[in-house]
Amino acid sequence: MMRLVVIGAGMASGRMLEQLFNAGFAGEVALFNGEPRGNYNRLMLSPVLSGEKTYAEIVTHDDAWYAAHGVRCRFGEHVTKIDRERKVVVSKGGETPYDALVIATGSAPFIIPVAGKELPGVCTYRDLEDTNAMIAASRPGAKAVVIGGGLLGLEAAAGMAARGAEVTVIHLMGHLMERQLDPSAGYLLQKDLERRGIRIHCKGATKAILGTTHVEAVLLEDGTVYPADLVCMAVGIRPEVRLATDAHLEIGRGVVVDDRMRTSDPAIHALGECVEHDKQLFGLVAPLYDQAKVLAATLMGVEAAFRPVQTATKLKVTGVDLFSAGDFADAPGREDIVFRDPGRGVYKRLVLEGEKLIGAVMYGDTADGAWFFDKIKSGEEVSAIRDTLIFGPAFQGGAQADPLAAVAALPPEAEICGCNGVCKSKIVTAVQGGAVTLDAVRLQTKASASCGTCTGLVEKVMALTLGDSFTANANPPMCKCTDHTHEDVRRLIKAQGLKSIPAVMQDLGWTTVGGCASCRPALNYYLLSDWPLDYVDDRQSRFVNERNHANIQKDGTYSVVPRMWGGVTTSAELRAIADAADRYAVPMIKVTGGQRIDLLGVKKADLPAIWADFNAAGMVSGHAYAKGLRTVKTCVGSEFCRFGTQDSTGLGIRLEKLLWGSWTPAKVKLGVSGCPRNCAEATCKDIGVVCVDSGYQISVAGAAGMDVKETELLCSVPTEDEVAEVIAAFVQLYRENARYLHRIYKWVAKVGLDWCKDQIADPATRRALRDRFMQSQAVYQTDPWAELGMRPADWAPVADLTMRAAE
Amino acid sequence: MSMMIDIAALDDIPRQGARVVKTDAGCVAVFRTADDQVFAIDDRCPHKGGPLSEGIVHGTSVTCPLHAWVFDLSTGIAQGADEGAVQTYPARTEGGRVFLDASFLRRRSAA
Ligand code: SRM
Ligand SMILES: Cc1cc2nc3c(=O)[nH]c(=O)nc-3n(C[C@H](O)[C@H](O)[C@H](O)COP(=O)(O)OP(=O)(O)OC[C@H]3O[C@@H](n4cnc5c(N)ncnc54)[C@H](O)[C@@H]3O)c2cc1C
Ligand code: SF4
Ligand code: FES
Repeated sequence: MMRLVVIGAGMASGRMLEQLFNAGFAGEVALFNGEPRGNYNRLMLSPVLSGEKTYAEIVTHDDAWYAAHGVRCRFGEHVTKIDRERKVVVSKGGETPYDALVIATGSAPFIIPVAGKELPGVCTYRDLEDTNAMIAASRPGAKAVVIGGGLLGLEAAAGMAARGAEVTVIHLMGHLMERQLDPSAGYLLQKDLERRGIRIHCKGATKAILGTTHVEAVLLEDGTVYPADLVCMAVGIRPEVRLATDAHLEIGRGVVVDDRMRTSDPAIHALGECVEHDKQLFGLVAPLYDQAKVLAATLMGVEAAFRPVQTATKLKVTGVDLFSAGDFADAPGREDIVFRDPGRGVYKRLVLEGEKLIGAVMYGDTADGAWFFDKIKSGEEVSAIRDTLIFGPAFQGGAQADPLAAVAALPPEAEICGCNGVCKSKIVTAVQGGAVTLDAVRLQTKASASCGTCTGLVEKVMALTLGDSFTANANPPMCKCTDHTHEDVRRLIKAQGLKSIPAVMQDLGWTTVGGCASCRPALNYYLLSDWPLDYVDDRQSRFVNERNHANIQKDGTYSVVPRMWGGVTTSAELRAIADAADRYAVPMIKVTGGQRIDLLGVKKADLPAIWADFNAAGMVSGHAYAKGLRTVKTCVGSEFCRFGTQDSTGLGIRLEKLLWGSWTPAKVKLGVSGCPRNCAEATCKDIGVVCVDSGYQISVAGAAGMDVKETELLCSVPTEDEVAEVIAAFVQLYRENARYLHRIYKWVAKVGLDWCKDQIADPATRRALRDRFMQSQAVYQTDPWAELGMRPADWAPVADLTMRAAE
Repeated sequence: MSMMIDIAALDDIPRQGARVVKTDAGCVAVFRTADDQVFAIDDRCPHKGGPLSEGIVHGTSVTCPLHAWVFDLSTGIAQGADEGAVQTYPARTEGGRVFLDASFLRRRSAA
């Protein structure tokens, strides 16, 4: 009689044994399990954790079943060795001989190697012991930190939160469940979980787990500390291959098996999460059940071959509706169909390749998930129904995503016009009361009557209220990815509290997956300008000059221009510049039109080193090519010049030190002249200051590039301190209201100089603007050279194959 | 027979970004999309030689940093009104590493 030994009583081996007995297997079975219990439904640990089920309800095979099939249960007994020569396995109960052996040891949770990982109170999420530890720790008010925002981590977080714990999830990547979800769906998931009180910290790298006798807190690389009574590490799994490795079976990342689930030793088979088949690993049960079927056949001497099938993912958190299946990555020749219903928090994305549906990601409404999954698995042609495919099986006819949806979804109290504090319901009431033109609405409500940047939104509210009888003034949308204008997007970001690029794209109904090179930099700017404390700058959404903090040139080299405050330099700085020019073989050193020195033709790989040299000499830059403050041009002023009325040089330096580093919609240049002779050409700058006996004339909206235009007077003030306050406030007004890439003169032409004057003239408004500017500066006035230069390797080629190619 | 060369860790390349691989016949830009697809193309825009590795990556396209031509990373073909194409090379990821097809090097040095 055949002696079959099975190592591991998990999901895979349980199913395999069922199949085997159904097929009439007549041998003797010994079943070892590390856990002190038999097969149970591991998937259902999450409902046990959340309290929706008990352990008893998830047992799949009980004592009676094992007895009925003559299985000798060796639960709680680890197999420590496989002796292939003598065909025995070794455990604490001695040696057990086998004719056929099945390795079904599953996988082991990955533990990140940080200090404190062994402290009591740190657990993983794999078995009943882990689940019970989390249940015990989840008293109301207890603090739990889950490291890992994948499937397991989120189920752990939701389960503990359901029991009243305060849960924080720390996730390394930019969005949750990045292996199953794209950024849009990940964003919706995060919103849902946050609504349940779970705090989510993305892009968070764990540095250490703190505590003396028990965990007390988790420390992140960015310095954040989250107090914790329990820490659950759910960062991934690794196939449990130790036994097989020691026995010298063929191992890749898992135990290598062929189509019949045989290892490199003909007497030994393997299945489940511990195996590698055709270079692939498995982490969901569906393919494991297929493996179970195949292995049972193999053991019965019947031909069968394992072919991995597509898997679909659902998150087992009650009330969270997500679905992902197939391959939804962008790739050669693939096309997307995207549907968003911001009002209902619905996002659906289908990925087509040729005639076929190959992947689907859905959030909020997953009713059609199974239907799409079927289409993916069958590989049937879908081109004939392509136009309506995304509406699912029930669809007849041709509905379209509604461009007005984002505005329709705003609550009645949402602010539409920021200048005059007019909410949506007030406009609706006015329209219903007969104000059917924009002018009439302006007159009655004052909405869009000031700076005018909300005009598009007001029109959309009117269109929603009036229906077909409304015709709007044409203002083109921001880019081909959206129907909204720049102005609408800016106001909706504020009105809806949107704080990330995926949030904007979802809630405002973007029609492309990742935007384009035109909208992404604009959104990145709007978000960091509106939410300086919350938003994390996205370098990959920046144009090359801002990403590399140097100006790219026609041949791919860069020009480097250190800041030269107010055009004033020192012999030491000049020496450092000269040394750098020699050291990096700079082909040209040029004095710029902006009163500083430009080193042209620097190689990208040299940038970190040249920055480090300049930093060492006390110089900063990094914004020389930015949509931000460029130069403050000054003249010599009262310190030296016989006509000078005020210290224009000193004031210029002060202004440059105040404003540098502040990102703006387009570049900003200042000039400060010591008298009306205006040697610093202040009256053709974005902002110009002309010193006079009585104080300072501040004028704005000049231009001297593609257009040439003289500045217009904003106001005159008697002291330098007031100059600083007025200019900070005015720059902030520009930052908060202008469309991306509009210089100050273009923006002022749209909103009107009078409106600007009113804002600045009102002391409370002016001070609030100045305070917001300073708040943003507290975050953004940093020298990017200092930070980015720390990792010089990132600036060099990632690999050099010139040697190999020469072979 | 194609041989794949291990170029770098996937995480060496920023999402929605690129890094270059130096070869005797100029640089190859290796891109990583938001969802971890990798593509390899010549790092030279057919318009005026712009380094495509410095462009903004959106979906599976890149916009040249010099004059904003847009290329499909999978086909190398310029999109919209612009005409031209850039050479593409087989690339794939496995176990968190990025691999390029070795034969492209031979073709490149032969060219
Ligand atoms: C280096 C410099 C020329 C020089 O050798 O003096 C320069 C060089 C460039 N300018 Fe300029 N501008 C320079 C002063 C000016 C000035 C004069 C000034 O600042 O006093 C103007 C007119 C004033 C103005 O800003 O409008 C000027 C108006 C422009 C414009 C037109 C802007 C407009 O809105 O009309 C552009 C194009 C753009 O920004 O889109 C531009 C763009 C450029 C770029 C960045 C083109 C590019 O994108 O690559 C040039 C980079 C050259 C390189 O490879 O490094 N440059 N540029 C000057 C740098 C000053 C500095 O220290 O920062
Ligand atoms: C909380 C949770 C939720 C999940 N949710 C889902 C889901 O919704 N959908 C889905 O498809 N998948 C889900 N999974 C994954 C799924 O549970 C696994 O894919 C599946 O359990 C793997 O089966 P297996 O038999 O390979 O390993 P396991 O079920 O892990 O069984 C392996 C067994 O082998 C034992 N063992 C290991 N080494 C030895 C040894 N040397 N000697 C004796 N015994 C040993 C272990 O103690 C363990 O009991 C979830 C997993 C967890 C932990
Ligand atoms: S004027 Fe400015 S943008 Fe034009 S070539 Fe000269 S430096 Fe370049
Ligand atoms: S060099 Fe690429 S668009 Fe001109």
